[in-house]
Amino acid sequence: MSFVKLTTSALAISAVAATAAVARDQVQVAGSSTVLPYASIVAEAFGENFDFPAPVVESGGSSSGLKRFCEGVGENTIDVANASRKIRDKEIKACAEAGVTDIIEVRIGYDGIVFASQIDGPAYTAFQPSDIFNALGSKVLVDGEIVDNPHQQWADFNGDLPATDIVAFIPGTKHGTREVFEDKVLLEGCEATGAMEAMIASGMSEDDAEDTCIDVRQDGKSVDIDGDYTETLARIDANLNGIGIFGLAFYENNTDKLKVATMGGVAPSTETISTGEYPVSRPLFFYVKKAHIGVIPGLKEYASFFVADEIAGSDGPLAQYGLVSDPELSATQDAVANEATMGGGS
Amino acid sequence: MTDASMNDAALPKSGLSVTDARTRKRNAAEKRFRAYGIAAISVGLLFLLFLFGSILKSGIPAFTQTVVDVEFTMTQEAVDEAESKMLKTKAYENYFIAALEAQLAERGMDVAFDAKAIQRIVGKTGGTIRSHFQDNPDAIGQPVSFELAASSRVDGYFNGRVTRETLVDSRFLQLSDLDLVDALAEAGIIHGAFNWNFITGKDSGVDNPGGAGLGASVIGSFFMMLVVLFLSLPIGVAASIYLEEFAPKNRFTDLIEVNISNLAAVPSIVFGILGLAVFIQFAGLPQSAPLVGGLVLTLMTLPTIIISTRASLAAVPPSIRDAALGVGASKMQSVFHHVLPLAMPGILTGTIIGLAQALGETAPLLLIGMVGFVAREYPDGFMAGFTDANSAMPAQIYTWASRADPGFYEKAWGGIIILLLFLITMNTIAVILRRRFERRW
Repeated sequence: MSFVKLTTSALAISAVAATAAVARDQVQVAGSSTVLPYASIVAEAFGENFDFPAPVVESGGSSSGLKRFCEGVGENTIDVANASRKIRDKEIKACAEAGVTDIIEVRIGYDGIVFASQIDGPAYTAFQPSDIFNALGSKVLVDGEIVDNPHQQWADFNGDLPATDIVAFIPGTKHGTREVFEDKVLLEGCEATGAMEAMIASGMSEDDAEDTCIDVRQDGKSVDIDGDYTETLARIDANLNGIGIFGLAFYENNTDKLKVATMGGVAPSTETISTGEYPVSRPLFFYVKKAHIGVIPGLKEYASFFVADEIAGSDGPLAQYGLVSDPELSATQDAVANEATMGGGS
Repeated sequence: MTDASMNDAALPKSGLSVTDARTRKRNAAEKRFRAYGIAAISVGLLFLLFLFGSILKSGIPAFTQTVVDVEFTMTQEAVDEAESKMLKTKAYENYFIAALEAQLAERGMDVAFDAKAIQRIVGKTGGTIRSHFQDNPDAIGQPVSFELAASSRVDGYFNGRVTRETLVDSRFLQLSDLDLVDALAEAGIIHGAFNWNFITGKDSGVDNPGGAGLGASVIGSFFMMLVVLFLSLPIGVAASIYLEEFAPKNRFTDLIEVNISNLAAVPSIVFGILGLAVFIQFAGLPQSAPLVGGLVLTLMTLPTIIISTRASLAAVPPSIRDAALGVGASKMQSVFHHVLPLAMPGILTGTIIGLAQALGETAPLLLIGMVGFVAREYPDGFMAGFTDANSAMPAQIYTWASRADPGFYEKAWGGIIILLLFLITMNTIAVILRRRFERRW
């Protein structure tokens, strides 16, 4: 008994002592590991340039960040969620149920998603979305029939690609990147190969066909990576035939180890992404709890600092690191200044 | 029965001086077993050597930093102008680059260069310069000599990570910049220096590996270990003394015992989830605080300490207790005056090993917000050290290892070296304590 009693009382005492003393004075951020690098650059500069302490930025993925964001209002919940995709309706609903109603959505810029492989590896230099779909989709169209993906090598379906085994490392489902990969590559490829049409013709509803299109084969040819891009890089390093999905900034930092493939004939770069020529890109966001503005010191300053021209503009440190800056940045700046919440309210 | 008959059959042929087939077989078996043992040890040693070799090879570069050594003057007007900007550090950086460019032009370098090239060569320096002038307002208007970190790729060029062959032209560094770097190195403006900032500094943004340091997270680890020590040692020792010396042996205490052993085998991430649910969401303790980290690690360390304490209490011979009781000491006196002092070396050893284990733990910290871009500030004071957001050494290493810039990869290995040094020191203290104070019966 003494063990239990001692533990509980000691823990209770320390807990009470600590709560009494603490009021949080730094901004707390969590979410997408794609936004994390940018957020850490901003957080460092924010701490250096303002009298507020540097915000704490945690990683973990867009979904887990938004989940924590929607836990409620109060000092022991986070103030800002980073996301590499838009917040979903059901997440807004979950937020509202927990009392988080006024959410400010801030788009910081665009990020390109690139397909890269070992620099000395096979010549994976040019892909179409259809190639990726044929390689990784769970059901593909072969000779007019929808079948379980039989392809073992890239050359099996496209003679221009090397005759090497298909191995791909794609982001796991908790990453926002996965959604973009599904929408902009797999779905596109599905439509381009005619698989989608064939599925609908075979009696599937459009929604079911879409779900089947973005379903990734489960026979080990495609590996979900739940960690960061460094994990993907390590897997590529160990696998000559492997191809991985990276953020543009990550690739640009590791050009000595990786070579990038074009998608639809366009090489990824900040220019081609900002003009929209390179197809696989997505906006990056962060979400601010309006209820915390004025309660947590520095929260609004952090948000407006993040989207300031000096930071997120095309000459700023974020663009220098690899973010494709948003052409409509000034609208975002206004929105942050007016604390405009989602759904038009103010 | 069969044994006896077999022995009878074999005995007449053998003797002390004669080695028969069976003896030779047994001897051969023993030799083989010894060979297996030596092979096993050699394989272990080989792995250890390989591990140490690769850690040292990858980690040593983190302790040196290529610096740009420049003397320059900030006028009062320049400071005022920089302070009026939103991104003040960038303004300071631009002044620095302009000053460096002017100096190079004066010296008459053979290599063509422009401000952009210099910008690519020097790292993110604005923060250092600004904080220097903020801390020393007298220095404004005076020439100040700065040793500022060069950019990640220039640093890599000097320690062999980047070569002219592997460098791909990018906005981070151009191949032509390396000519300027070589010329600057020749002139003594760029040189290597011991990276004190790595040991004492704080975490930095992903674009600034030159400014990253482990210092703040060492402090975070220190405060966590304080919490662990001051909670788990008294609780653990009290619990084990009661269980070992006073508690009646019945089903209930058996159940507790089994569960303590089970607790020692629970994966550490489980304690992290518990910490998130109980300490942060229920008790309302701050996120990312070393206090919460310490509480979580206390829960993780307790079983280790209880088990080792009970083992060392049980190792004290009953005759000591009997003698104390025999001369009229109470049960409590016999424990506290005689048994506990004799068991102390074992308890301390167990505690230190438990602490060392807790020091290297990352998984539970993931869930309570200590992993990420956290170790940005030194705590303001002793008490703030417990509650201010901070990271811990292994968490910092994990964070660095997942960053894109290869410069951080070196930092991660360098961090491992420092962490290992801490662990080796703690284990050495444990060994010394055991050697000096252990009593054998």
